Amino acid sequence: MMQHKAPQTALRRMVTDLVTTAVIALVIFGVMVGLKTDTIPGGLELTPRWLATIEIVAVVVLGRLMLHLIWWRRKPGVGAGTTWVPARVLRGWAHTLVHLGKLARPALLVFALVMPFLPFTDRYLLDLSILVLTYIMLGWGLNIVVGLAGLLDLGYVAFYAVGAYSYALLAAHFGWSFWLCLPLAGILASFWGIILGFPVLRLRGDYLAIVTLAFGEIIRIVLLNWYWFTGGPDGLSGIPRPDFFGIVGFERGPGGFADTFGLEYSSLHRIIFLYFLILALALLTNFVTMRLRRLPIGRAWEALREDEIACRSLGLNTTTVKLSAFATGAMFAGFAGAFFATRQGFISPESFTFTESALVLAIVVLGGMGSQMGVVIAAVALIGGFEVFREFAQYRMLIFGLAMVLIMIWKPRGLISGREPTIFLGARKSISADLVSQGEGH
Amino acid sequence: MADASPAAKVLLKVEHVTMRFGGLTAVDDLSFDVQQGNITALIGPNGAGKTTVFNCITGFYKPSVGRITMNHANGRSFLLERLADFEVSRKAKVARTFQNIRLFGGMTALENLLVAQHNHLLRASGFTFGAVLGLVGYGKAEAEAVDLARYWLDHAGLLERADDAAADLPYGAQRRLEIARAMCTNPQLLCLDEPAAGLNPRESDELNRLLLFIRKERGVGILLIEHDMSVVMGISDHIVVLDYGRKIADGTPDEIRSDPSVIAAYLGVEDEEVEEVEHQIDDLAGGTTA
Amino acid sequence: MAPFAMNGAKSKMQGGLMEYFVQQLVNGVTLGSIYGLIAIGYTLVYGIVGMINFAHGDIFMVGAFVALIVITALGLTASTGLGLSILALILVLVISMVVASVYGWTVERVAYRPLRGSFRLAPLITAIGMSIVLQNFVQISQGARVKPLQPIISGGHTLMRRVDAQGEFAVQISNMQIFIIVITFSLMVAFTLLIAKTPLGRAQRACEQDTKMAALSGINVDHTISLTFVLGAALAAVAGLMFLLYYGVIDFFIGFVAGVKAFTAAVLGGIGSLPGAMLGGMVIGLIETFWSAYFSIEYKDVAAFAMLALVLIFLPQGLLGKPEVEKV
Repeated sequence: MMQHKAPQTALRRMVTDLVTTAVIALVIFGVMVGLKTDTIPGGLELTPRWLATIEIVAVVVLGRLMLHLIWWRRKPGVGAGTTWVPARVLRGWAHTLVHLGKLARPALLVFALVMPFLPFTDRYLLDLSILVLTYIMLGWGLNIVVGLAGLLDLGYVAFYAVGAYSYALLAAHFGWSFWLCLPLAGILASFWGIILGFPVLRLRGDYLAIVTLAFGEIIRIVLLNWYWFTGGPDGLSGIPRPDFFGIVGFERGPGGFADTFGLEYSSLHRIIFLYFLILALALLTNFVTMRLRRLPIGRAWEALREDEIACRSLGLNTTTVKLSAFATGAMFAGFAGAFFATRQGFISPESFTFTESALVLAIVVLGGMGSQMGVVIAAVALIGGFEVFREFAQYRMLIFGLAMVLIMIWKPRGLISGREPTIFLGARKSISADLVSQGEGH
Repeated sequence: MADASPAAKVLLKVEHVTMRFGGLTAVDDLSFDVQQGNITALIGPNGAGKTTVFNCITGFYKPSVGRITMNHANGRSFLLERLADFEVSRKAKVARTFQNIRLFGGMTALENLLVAQHNHLLRASGFTFGAVLGLVGYGKAEAEAVDLARYWLDHAGLLERADDAAADLPYGAQRRLEIARAMCTNPQLLCLDEPAAGLNPRESDELNRLLLFIRKERGVGILLIEHDMSVVMGISDHIVVLDYGRKIADGTPDEIRSDPSVIAAYLGVEDEEVEEVEHQIDDLAGGTTA
Repeated sequence: MAPFAMNGAKSKMQGGLMEYFVQQLVNGVTLGSIYGLIAIGYTLVYGIVGMINFAHGDIFMVGAFVALIVITALGLTASTGLGLSILALILVLVISMVVASVYGWTVERVAYRPLRGSFRLAPLITAIGMSIVLQNFVQISQGARVKPLQPIISGGHTLMRRVDAQGEFAVQISNMQIFIIVITFSLMVAFTLLIAKTPLGRAQRACEQDTKMAALSGINVDHTISLTFVLGAALAAVAGLMFLLYYGVIDFFIGFVAGVKAFTAAVLGGIGSLPGAMLGGMVIGLIETFWSAYFSIEYKDVAAFAMLALVLIFLPQGLLGKPEVEKV
């Protein structure tokens, strides 16, 4: 009896579900898409767009139908209580990726080194690569704070801003060269990391996140309003471009880079140099992080992420452990900021909004917290993906946000989520992500 | 078994400690001593305030009233209630474990033991800067730390599992690992919060052996909270009984076993029934201590 | 951020100090009730699922937009009679509450429920993702430009008046402000009763204490959490309408800053406490208004953010919350 009736009930349930979906979609899109407000003299007018609304609702219902027919086919409780994206699909990926990652690491490095000289490389690709590398560097820097120490920082962009403004202001007021300002930018940023970090470090996860967000916004608003010092919303322009290690500049004519080294002048030289500069900075970040992980401080960071109370019972001063993580992460953001300033030649508070912080955090979390390779993959995917949707400029933030949600639901631990031990007696065994804590604040 | 010894051998002295949370008095005017090289057990019914006492000793709570003194073998003394929690371990050399095990689950057993040697290693690494810049010979210090870790892994019977994630170990092994980790801080007093909870008899046995080894070979004083009477009666030199935050008895296992107020507190029985219960307990405990 | 227009012009400051102060008080209470309404959503959700619903500020923004669209569709203007206007506004209120509720429900269903019981960071990231989605969805569908709305309820009452050599100083409370304050407080009372007296409220408090036990005692946890999001979203929509009426301009980005301020209010009042959220909202609204009035309008957001940091650092349990003892 039961089995005989089952398909009919399932069908009825599916239809009910689809009708509900249609109603919900209609409410969501009916007002917002169906009626567009336009400013006209003396007020607003409405333009109805019913066709577009119906199209969108149809797409949503069709999508839900596809989910019914394809994803949820074998599950009995259709609709209610099931997730939107099944986790079982491609579950083996993490494992495969870790192995691929090991093989790919040297290959990627070689590729990164020769990339500027490959025949298909043009200005656009170089610029994009520089952008991706900047985010990889920021991701690696934030990974120290979030991935290793388990401290949720939503205001990371503040330190990026401190680095950028440090270089711009030091260069403008004292005429110091990029190579002198670069370490100073890092030091100043980590100094700010300590100043901002000190009062907030006893807060728990979510509260820490929201306070770091507040600090990030405070720094941005101060940059926006401190007109005589930071140029306010106009920003700072005419920031000096870097020269070739203080030896020669990249300008055309005698005494320039091309002239000195007997090359034909090309505007690409500077771009290629910037590319190698950010590559070197990113690799430095990676190298230092990998080294720190094997030192007591790195292990203390990870122990802090796992259990703060246990740390204190073992005599670890968790305040200094946290501050060191904050300061180290901030320092790399400072370096990246100085690089950003010299590459753009112009900075303004607009480049340092919360969206940037969210983007870098998304790179770290989507990549798999604590995983250096994950950051690379996520940065290439997100920033590269962003560029793919360049033609739909309007829609790309929307797609970006949706992607964040979907990837997170698909893989809550990120793309590469295992942990590699830092030391071993017998054999190195990867630790499954399920055992690794994300840092609960304590 | 060691009886009350001269005052010079007192390792930890708890004097008139009271701990209040709002209107609730969890520990009320508690005083007791832990002798050097002794195992002292803190027992009492659930909610008697045992863990609160531990948290006061190890610096996680600041007692509302009272003094807790730690006397090192070399004559130095520390007032524990004046130290920050991490300094209790770092300076006063008091290590602890937790009732609900607190290991670094995503790190290997070996890594857990290295974190316990953090302060020493951090100094050896030139506060990180030296090691990153290659200025100090950090390798030797780390090799020594690994040796110490190996020593404790060996004695905890965990050498084979050194490279496994702590959260992956069986329950009993996690308990022993937590003790090994505490021992890696080189303590003079080891505080164990229900180390035998949830262990099967074989694991309990292994635990007893580890604790006796720690006392005998390392001369470390041990203070433990325990419900498992076979552990308490089997290994402790001295027992302190708490009920509703007050000390109701203090003495050797034999004295405690025959103390009617302890039996009453434990079983919540009327005075007339005490004698009957006494016999039952004698029968029970007699088997394990013989 | 939309330009903030303050009634009670700064030029009056030279003369009637007292009047100026009272005027700011009136403005601060109005603003505070808006923040309080949003804060309730944060406090309810944080209480029950322990997460910061980052998209909540954007639900508020959606509510404001729906209200704007419906007002325009109804053709409401200042020339509509006061009684009719108020009736129409209540209709607008109901519609935007319903629509925002559906948004809130959907956000929970799509972005949070699949991750319930998962790692703590995952829902935070989806929440940020949802916030980006909502902002950009509204930007695309309604345009990026600031949307103005002509005042609908006009007129007001003079509370204080003083005439001296320097001129005339008056403290005014507009009908709009009365409308905002009355609606806010009646809804506040209604919701407090809802939480205190009804089975839904009981289920909600049970889930807040212990989700597993609540489920074991026969409470439909999914249902209760969904309803919590719906309630929060409905109140955010009310705040959206109030914001729209008060400032007369909105854009797709108003949710972020208002959201952070409202979250501050929720924390300040003591997370999980309904009266606390309202009180926190008042305090934040007053601080912002007085800061703008007496110090600098540019740094008013800094004041709010700094307040957030100070509260979390020195008073993490909030004004009406219970202190937390660290469990070892």
